[in-house]
Amino acid sequence: MTIGLSHYLTVAAVLFTIGVFGIFLNRKNVIVILMSIELLLLAVNINFVAFSSFHGDLVGQVFTLIVLTVAAAEAAIGLAIVVVYFRNRGTIDVADIDQLKG
Amino acid sequence: MYHAILFLPLIGALFAGLFGRWVGARACEIVTISLMFVAAFLSWIAFYQVAIEGNDVRISLIGFMHSGAFETYWSIRIDTLTAVMLVVVNTVSSVVHLYSVGYMDEDPHKERFFAYLSMFTFAMLALVTSDDLVQLFFGWEGVGLASYLLIGFWYKKPGPNAAAIKAFVVNRVGDFGFLLGIFAIFHVFGAVQYDTIFAAAPDQIGKTMTFLSWEVPVLELICFLLFMGAMGKSAQFLLHTWLPDAMEGPTPVSALIHAATMVTAGVFMVARLSPLFDLAPYALSFVAIIGATSAFFAATAAVVQTDIKRVIAYSTCSQLGYMFAAEGVGAFGAGMFHLFTHACFKALLFLCAGAIIHTLADNQDMRRMGGLRKIIPFTWAMTLIGSLALTAFPLTSGFFSKDFIIETTWFDHSIVGQYTYWMVLSAAFLTSLYTWRLMFLTFEGNFRGAKDVRDHAHEPPWTMAVPLLVLGAGALFAGLGFRHLFIGADQASFWRDAIVLPQGEHHDIPFWLTLSPTIAMTLGFLIAWYCYMWRPLLPFGLLKRLPATNRFFLHAWYFDALYDRIFVLPAKWLGNFLWRVGDGKIIDGLGPNGVAARVLDVTKGVVKLQTGYIFHYAFVMLMGVVLLITYFIVTGGALKP
Repeated sequence: MTIGLSHYLTVAAVLFTIGVFGIFLNRKNVIVILMSIELLLLAVNINFVAFSSFHGDLVGQVFTLIVLTVAAAEAAIGLAIVVVYFRNRGTIDVADIDQLKG
Repeated sequence: MYHAILFLPLIGALFAGLFGRWVGARACEIVTISLMFVAAFLSWIAFYQVAIEGNDVRISLIGFMHSGAFETYWSIRIDTLTAVMLVVVNTVSSVVHLYSVGYMDEDPHKERFFAYLSMFTFAMLALVTSDDLVQLFFGWEGVGLASYLLIGFWYKKPGPNAAAIKAFVVNRVGDFGFLLGIFAIFHVFGAVQYDTIFAAAPDQIGKTMTFLSWEVPVLELICFLLFMGAMGKSAQFLLHTWLPDAMEGPTPVSALIHAATMVTAGVFMVARLSPLFDLAPYALSFVAIIGATSAFFAATAAVVQTDIKRVIAYSTCSQLGYMFAAEGVGAFGAGMFHLFTHACFKALLFLCAGAIIHTLADNQDMRRMGGLRKIIPFTWAMTLIGSLALTAFPLTSGFFSKDFIIETTWFDHSIVGQYTYWMVLSAAFLTSLYTWRLMFLTFEGNFRGAKDVRDHAHEPPWTMAVPLLVLGAGALFAGLGFRHLFIGADQASFWRDAIVLPQGEHHDIPFWLTLSPTIAMTLGFLIAWYCYMWRPLLPFGLLKRLPATNRFFLHAWYFDALYDRIFVLPAKWLGNFLWRVGDGKIIDGLGPNGVAARVLDVTKGVVKLQTGYIFHYAFVMLMGVVLLITYFIVTGGALKP
């Protein structure tokens, strides 16, 4: 059995779904959400790379590198926000973060 | 000069009303009183020029209302009828102003009081100087307003407030008819000016018009409707209920408005429109019947009242009945003459009653008076003069006017005339009875009140005594002095065309007829003497034995209770129903409150959506994305250009 495009896409879709459910079903803390976002981005990256290889077009891989960079920056900012939030509220429990409530 | 008569009271009212707060009560009193006395002096000059010398005056002031064919001007019309009213109104008003200085001495709101008094005088003058029905109506409502304000002058007490509202509402009933009458006149004649109406009125004899789907004679209908207004304003039978209650107001107000001037506006109006009423025999009979019934009915009620002011109030109602009875049999001059003399002696009686009430620490109950003749002899003398004139003692003013009315009704040989004669004759007997009852209860015997009240009793100050003297002179001599003008040999040159004069057939008055009112009067006096001086315990025994009869007359034939059942309670029920169900449940329930409640319900649901948890929002966003993508996949993947 050869590993084809559809396998890559399936893995990406599985990763993406895990990421999405990680966001929704997570009741513990914010860091899990950040990690889930990373998963979403990685799933997209796999899509990019798979199609890049499939079409023989390098632009997809360039995009992947950009997404990785942005994801790194986003992770840094997100963690910084979490740290600051913890200092202010004393918790990063998702169930306690309901200040948006009217 | 004629402008001044009309507008000086208005200036006084505006001054006291607008600036009274800054200039103080004393300045208001001085200004309004001096303006009133100037106006009274000028109106006597006007009386001489217009009524005696015969120079009628018409002054056009400004346009009032213009709408299509409808045109009215505000103008001053002074003929003999107006001149008589000017003299009555301004003289009584000025002495009442002066009297109020003493009477309202301790009241904290004198500025307001004098402003209202002057405003009333202006409205009354606007009424009597009117040249068309619209201006008449303006004055008519103006005096009604002033009456409302003055009855309710002590607005912190519930009694005066209720009385003021009652007076206003009962007058609305009459004014409704009055307005319909004015509308009918404009509909028929196309104008509201007196002269135009009178000129065109003879053409309408025998014509009919549709009213409430009936064919009715035009002139009868108009006069009937107009007289409805007079019944309300002059407190005649069926619409009289407000007048006794109006005694809740200050006594000078009762003297000016509810005895001398405003309540006579109806009499004046009928006399003013006498060319019209003269062409409507059935309406005129109705006037006579209502007048005679009022005269008798109110006199019966006056006999058993214990409140001194209510006795005089019912007496006023009764005397107004005399005036209408006279006008009803076509003797408009006699009605006006009785108005003239009645203004003197009834205002005098009211002011005397005010002096008594004032000196007895606001006690109005005659059962707690007595023996006052020795304590306040001056007031006694003045009350005696007023009583003599009211009971038509020979040679006093009431003697000439009232006896003439009684004699005149006899000569109207119809059934109505006979009814009127017997009614007013028995009313004369009752008048004498209740007047002397009042005199004996108040001034004779022993004082029945508290001892310290008796010790404080004193003669009125000069501000209150001078008006009594002026009106006392009027009550004594107005009959002698003006008899030949109003009803005597000179009446044709006196009235000229101001009112319709009785046709020239001269009657030989039988001796018994001349004597009949005097006999009735003497009889009343003797019975009063017997009951209240000779055997003072007799009335109490009668009261014990006939309590139902007493209550029947004390409540004036239960008209108040009757109206309460027929009108007031259903109106209250309807109001309550509209308020609780109509307004509260339907309008508020479906309108503002209902909408607000639904908004609350919706927002409560929306608030539940706002959990504040980020993952919920994220989930919604994702579902949105999913739905959009699904939509595009299903519809073909692209938006149509």
